[in-house]
Amino acid sequence: MIFPFFKHILVKILWLGVVFIGITVLSFWVIHLAPGSPTDLQTTLNPMAGEAARARLEKLYGLDKPVHVQYLNWMSRIVRLDFGRSMSGDHRPVWDKIKERLPLTLGLNIMAMFLILGISIPIGVISAYYQGGWFDRISTVIVFVGFAMPGFWLALLLMLFLGIAYPLFPISGLTSLGFATLSWWDKLCDLANHLALPLLVYTITGLAGMSRFMRSSMLEVLRQDYILTAKAKGLPTRTVIFHHGLRNGLLPVITLLGLSVPGLIGGSVIIESIFALPGLGQLFYQGVMSRDYPLIMGNLVLGAVLTLAGNMLADFGYSLADPRIRAGK
Amino acid sequence: MFAMKTRLFISRYGLFFVGVILVGTMVFLALLAPWICSYGPNALDVNAILLPPGSDHLLGTDALGRDVFARLVYGARVSLWVGFVAVGISASIGLVLGLVAGYFGGLVDEIIMRCVDVMLCFPSFFLILAVIAFLEPSLTNIMIVIGLTSWMGVARLVRAETLSLKERDFVKAARISGASIVRILGMHILPNALTPVLGSATLGIAAAILTESALSFLGLGVQPPVPSWGNILMEGKDVMEIAPWLSVFPGMCILLTVLGYNLLGETLRDLLDPRLKQR
Repeated sequence: MIFPFFKHILVKILWLGVVFIGITVLSFWVIHLAPGSPTDLQTTLNPMAGEAARARLEKLYGLDKPVHVQYLNWMSRIVRLDFGRSMSGDHRPVWDKIKERLPLTLGLNIMAMFLILGISIPIGVISAYYQGGWFDRISTVIVFVGFAMPGFWLALLLMLFLGIAYPLFPISGLTSLGFATLSWWDKLCDLANHLALPLLVYTITGLAGMSRFMRSSMLEVLRQDYILTAKAKGLPTRTVIFHHGLRNGLLPVITLLGLSVPGLIGGSVIIESIFALPGLGQLFYQGVMSRDYPLIMGNLVLGAVLTLAGNMLADFGYSLADPRIRAGK
Repeated sequence: MFAMKTRLFISRYGLFFVGVILVGTMVFLALLAPWICSYGPNALDVNAILLPPGSDHLLGTDALGRDVFARLVYGARVSLWVGFVAVGISASIGLVLGLVAGYFGGLVDEIIMRCVDVMLCFPSFFLILAVIAFLEPSLTNIMIVIGLTSWMGVARLVRAETLSLKERDFVKAARISGASIVRILGMHILPNALTPVLGSATLGIAAAILTESALSFLGLGVQPPVPSWGNILMEGKDVMEIAPWLSVFPGMCILLTVLGYNLLGETLRDLLDPRLKQR
């Protein structure tokens, strides 16, 4: 029966729509409720601008209407991917600004995710299998320290050691001077060089939680009866751990991956500001500093969409991986 | 026999005590700040600019000649205070919503838990940044905003606890004897639901301290000249090459404090969990 599976997905999609509306209403409301208006920078701080100019600006941006009208107007534009124009600086469409910065942030986070999974899954499996052994103890200590490590401090330390004391990597920006004149291979190397430190920070900060989670998930699985059965059948340890154990131990990790998207998006604000990377996080930070409504809202919406997409993918992956859900039970 | 007992004791409570010591030290320093520091946190000294750590200034001085040790110790006050108040706010919201959702069930429960789901989906650091940028960045605002965006875990825990508690005989007895809902929730269910919240709240303090320091580091948190570990790091970033101690020590403080609270929270959760105790 394939029907229950589709019903499950359909209900999920409907629910995601509700969550999306919830998130946008909340953001819109909170931001418009907060004192201080985006026109402040152009009016209050400008002695030439009077009350009339302020009113004109507010009318131009539609800020004179009640909040719910503004929300509906805004929403009807959002669904057509019209995020409005940035209120500060170059006044370019927000969507264009987001589009050119999306690949860097997404790319970095996805690369980091693969690295994190590649390292933390073996760590978690080994710690769980040899629970209480020396590897488990050492990795537990490292995990606790890693969990408490502020990402931005790690970034500073890495800059200090690998950028200044032993200058292995450049510490800011995405490309070197004269990037355009390089051959494609040198361009690639240059990019990789600039992304090495940020990637390292993302990976190290994400590693702790994931390997801890993997460990407890694996411990739970190894306690199950089917593992005992597999062992009793005389299957080789390798088959027991990887075929019977890991496949089940990985299930909760899929959900965790979906849930970790908001954290990654938030983290990129800090990391990208520190390393001066032209990504979404930096864009959001600039928007926040200049009180750029459309830019902030655009970023919040995008953050919400990415998060929901993450959840959706995780849920879908989970249903594919878990035959019980696939059967609609 | 004794050696075995000690080992068991260490393996069970060792991490707990490491946490107690780390957090205790920070609380001690923060409380006794004026008596520990020989310099004020904002005392400028043009003759002592960017001095490396030494006997006179234990952890060196910053670009304005202020004593880094004194600023760190006063920064501990800020961080610990933010942690306590933010978690106080989030735990209160979580407790009330969790109790209400669990006790009344039905539509109320559904609405509250769906709100929890929405909030969990939210890139909350984005929201915090946006809100702080529109409000004046101040200590009070940071604590409120962190508190308002981190109550979901507690709400879920308390709801689950309430669901099972409300079926227990002593709650039924209270209901039959005509106790008001407020009394049932506050006197009978709340005290029993508090235990699991304790561990989670302690972990919440650690998270709040991390968020505050990140905000201050971005210049959207505690505003200079009030010292906070985050803004000391921010000021130190510009002179990283000539004064690395300004970048190293504040981060160490954050790391140790957060580590302490995390250890406390994790071990409290394990120690207070009756299911794990029986094993």
